[in-house]
Amino acid sequence: MLAYIEKIKEISRRLLQEGNVDMVIGFRRGTVPMMNEPCFVKTPEDVDNLVWDSNCGINLANYLTNRQEKIGIVAKGCDSRNIVTHIIENKIKRDQLVIIGVPCKGMIDRHKIQAMFETEIEHVTELDDKITIKGVGFEKTLEKKDVLQDNCALCIHRNPVIHDELVGDLVDEQKNIDRYKDIRNIETLSPEEKWRYFDNLLSACIRCYACRNACPLCYCPTCFVDESRPQWVGKSIDPIDIRTFHFLRAYHCAGRCTDCGSCERACPMGIKVRLFTKKLEKDCLELFDWEAGMTLEKRPPLDTYRPDDPDDFIK
Amino acid sequence: MGIEPGRLHFSWISSAESTKFVDVVNDVTAGVKALGPNKTFLKTEAKVA
Ligand code: SF4
Ligand code: SF4
Repeated sequence: MLAYIEKIKEISRRLLQEGNVDMVIGFRRGTVPMMNEPCFVKTPEDVDNLVWDSNCGINLANYLTNRQEKIGIVAKGCDSRNIVTHIIENKIKRDQLVIIGVPCKGMIDRHKIQAMFETEIEHVTELDDKITIKGVGFEKTLEKKDVLQDNCALCIHRNPVIHDELVGDLVDEQKNIDRYKDIRNIETLSPEEKWRYFDNLLSACIRCYACRNACPLCYCPTCFVDESRPQWVGKSIDPIDIRTFHFLRAYHCAGRCTDCGSCERACPMGIKVRLFTKKLEKDCLELFDWEAGMTLEKRPPLDTYRPDDPDDFIK
Repeated sequence: MGIEPGRLHFSWISSAESTKFVDVVNDVTAGVKALGPNKTFLKTEAKVA
């Protein structure tokens, strides 16, 4: 990690000094533990603010939408896939970007870790694969692999798929991962059981939209939930309105979601919102052999037509 | 998401296929009538508009 930080700083400093980019988007330490925040570095002097550790779960592609500057951007595997998606969707141009690729070994789950302790966590440090948590009257060391974000534990694209610079050697990709066990379980439920399942899943949602705001795909100038003429969905926390919001948002991410986990990470209520997008991700893989953001060369399933597209559901 | 499969139908009907259109509409209404009113995906009262 330390080597990564030095390399990120070195590359960023060089890019800014040589005037190749107007800014570098990376992470700086957050004001609370486990919450590094996005940071726009515009001068070589400010490069020292940049950090890298296992708390960089936010997807930085979210900050590229419609930018006109030349930008250096720090990108782990999932960020790089969302950058590809952004380029495909004309939200940024490839030649505006210098992508600083970070081979990733997963981010830690702040919800999971906080749930292990009764009182507030004040310091989190890491050394190799050990995470040390400190607060008033306690200190505990955890194995990083036990507290990974769910999406990172299942990740099969840890290395950036697109990059101009690389801050370290590529890491081994995880093999033989069963990515969709939870989704298959939901698929076997009856309609009534599904209804109850999603009622429970969403019962804590306060409709703060943190999940949407953290998602690089949710860049529409006016989101359907904010529209009032026409008003597509009620703005209340009525369970039906909440359910409508989540299902529709997931559909808007179909064939685009990279399972970066930003949405789930952002949720203050710890709701597993990826269960929605993952179902569509699974369908895209099974029906269209598609994984989002893997290449600039292919158009996504939603804007291509093939005569042999599956259509059994149409009568 | 927990909606009965018979409640949702997809069909591809050309503007020239009037008889198919009639058949499909009849099938859909008959199917949905058989299921009865939708009891789940329903706002019981408008709490806030
Ligand atoms: S829906 Fe969630 S997991 Fe998918 S791209 Fe958006 S933030 Fe990432
Ligand atoms: S972040 Fe969580 S609480 Fe907020 S709208 Fe999304 S799911 Fe609901």
